[in-house]
Amino acid sequence: MLKYIGRRLVYMIITLFVIVTVTFFLMQAAPGGPFSGEKKLPPEIEANLNAHYGLDKPLFVQYVSYLKSVAMWDFGPSFKYKGQSVNDLISSGFPVSFTLGAEAILLALALGVLFGVIAALYHNKWQDYTVAILTIFGISVPSFIMAAVLQYVFSMKLGLFPVAGWDSWAYTFLPSIALASMPMAFIARLSRSSMIEVLNSDYIRTAKAKGLSRPAVTVRHAIRNALLPVVTYMGPMAAQVLTGSFIIETIFGIPGLGAHFVNSITNRDYTVIMGVTVFFSVILLLCVLIVDVLYGIIDPRIKLSKAKKGA
Amino acid sequence: MQNIPKNMFEPAAANAGDAEKISKKSLSLWKDAMLRFRSNKLAMVGLIIIVLIILMAIFAPMFSRYDYSTTNLLNADKPPSKDHWFGTDDLGRDIFVRTWVGARISIFIGVAAAVLDLLIGVIWGSISGFRGGRTDEIMMRIADILWAVPSLLMVILLMVVLPKGLFTIIIAMTITGWINMARIVRGQVLQLKNQEYVLASQTLGAKTSRLLFKHIVPNAMGSILVTMTLTVPTAIFTEAFLSYLGLGVPAPLASWGTMASDGLPALTYYPWRLFFPAGFICITMFGFNVVGDGLRDALDPKLRK
Repeated sequence: MLKYIGRRLVYMIITLFVIVTVTFFLMQAAPGGPFSGEKKLPPEIEANLNAHYGLDKPLFVQYVSYLKSVAMWDFGPSFKYKGQSVNDLISSGFPVSFTLGAEAILLALALGVLFGVIAALYHNKWQDYTVAILTIFGISVPSFIMAAVLQYVFSMKLGLFPVAGWDSWAYTFLPSIALASMPMAFIARLSRSSMIEVLNSDYIRTAKAKGLSRPAVTVRHAIRNALLPVVTYMGPMAAQVLTGSFIIETIFGIPGLGAHFVNSITNRDYTVIMGVTVFFSVILLLCVLIVDVLYGIIDPRIKLSKAKKGA
Repeated sequence: MQNIPKNMFEPAAANAGDAEKISKKSLSLWKDAMLRFRSNKLAMVGLIIIVLIILMAIFAPMFSRYDYSTTNLLNADKPPSKDHWFGTDDLGRDIFVRTWVGARISIFIGVAAAVLDLLIGVIWGSISGFRGGRTDEIMMRIADILWAVPSLLMVILLMVVLPKGLFTIIIAMTITGWINMARIVRGQVLQLKNQEYVLASQTLGAKTSRLLFKHIVPNAMGSILVTMTLTVPTAIFTEAFLSYLGLGVPAPLASWGTMASDGLPALTYYPWRLFFPAGFICITMFGFNVVGDGLRDALDPKLRK
């Protein structure tokens, strides 16, 4: 187990190295320097600024020093907002994004599993078809469209929820539904099909033959096993919720890291784009790692040390 | 018992071959899949939606009185009416025409991304799966590392750096998108290359390229087709997403994504500017999703419940 985690960590570091390198050189290739704004700076000042940020050094030296500072968890200053570092942005924005993302993930898990299980228990009855329509709907409507529609209907027309902002729990309601809708649909589908498979297996028949009640069979025997595929989906779901948050946070005016990221793209604030990309990658890679390890713990059939060859 | 004269009996033609004859016409995998696909109502609805949208995208702009890029500020932000079925946008352009011109671009991006993924993925995956051993190990390690890179983040980075344009979007999506296809093709190739008919062909002296493209890839076509169909909605989604970040196709070109993101700030007063393009994004994604699901069910009888 430890050996497996160790090897995965090594791969993670290689992947991160690739990401940092690609990000660094892409940003170098980006048109325009960090100080080429609307106003043309006098050449002396630009040279001074470049010297201050170490941009006058050869590219390779810059690259090595960037690698070093990333390894020390220092993403450098923002070039657009003087006096603010990328680390400041992350520490102010990430808690907000994390709250929103966690709420969305919990919502997606709870409702998704509930719908999936109901659909499987009432296979080919109206409940199943209702869930099927809901999930197709959820998969076909991108989160940002969902967000706009929810905002229009529930905030602007009905006035039930605040339009935008980040204050109390009521502000988190619509954004987290918008973020959760697509993952919820995927989870409902996954848990439905695995639940159907499990319900047809022999040990469920045995459990029924023992005279166990239907809730006991469903909860204790079926759902536990049916949830395994849902666990594997947690990694991609984290990525989906995270990228979804970029636009959702912008639409609902939430001061999270996703909104900062979108801002930095519009402003071409290259150090922030680089830093936040690397930060998001670390978060996502960690999520995938945790999910894979969890999967190995939950499902004893998976031998982690031999599970290196994917299908 | 009645007395029937012997000469009334006739010997039945005993033909040994008849017993072996198959009376029902044999169905190929594809015909069988077609039959099953056609009986899937939801998938058929999806297919009809896709065909209708493609037809409208081709013909609607040709027969419209309006041009997608001509502005008319006197006529800005008009609600849907007899003259402008979907209303007009902030520059007085007809949203109906723009929607169908946008359909061309959005669907083109989706299909082009899917085709490029197919080309790279099939070549990478089949070489990796067929050669096996060291080659496979190295190629799959590379794919694994790239797979772990959050793809949307990379697409955003590429779009920030590369010049704005239609092909930039397609290339950026392909750079991260082919890996999924490569993994699926590799899995199929690994499974298929040990089949007897491949061995038979090999024994007859077939070259590797013939084995791959005559025997293995056609049999993997089912999964490839399903993956392709499901790539299209993802690509349309990604394009819309990039447009929201201001990284979409440059004006005056219209894609559904740019139209929807232009309409978003005006949601309170001119909701139709968002709802028409956004609605078509959803309908098209729905169409491709159900067709993809239908194809998967039709091509893989084992999965049918």
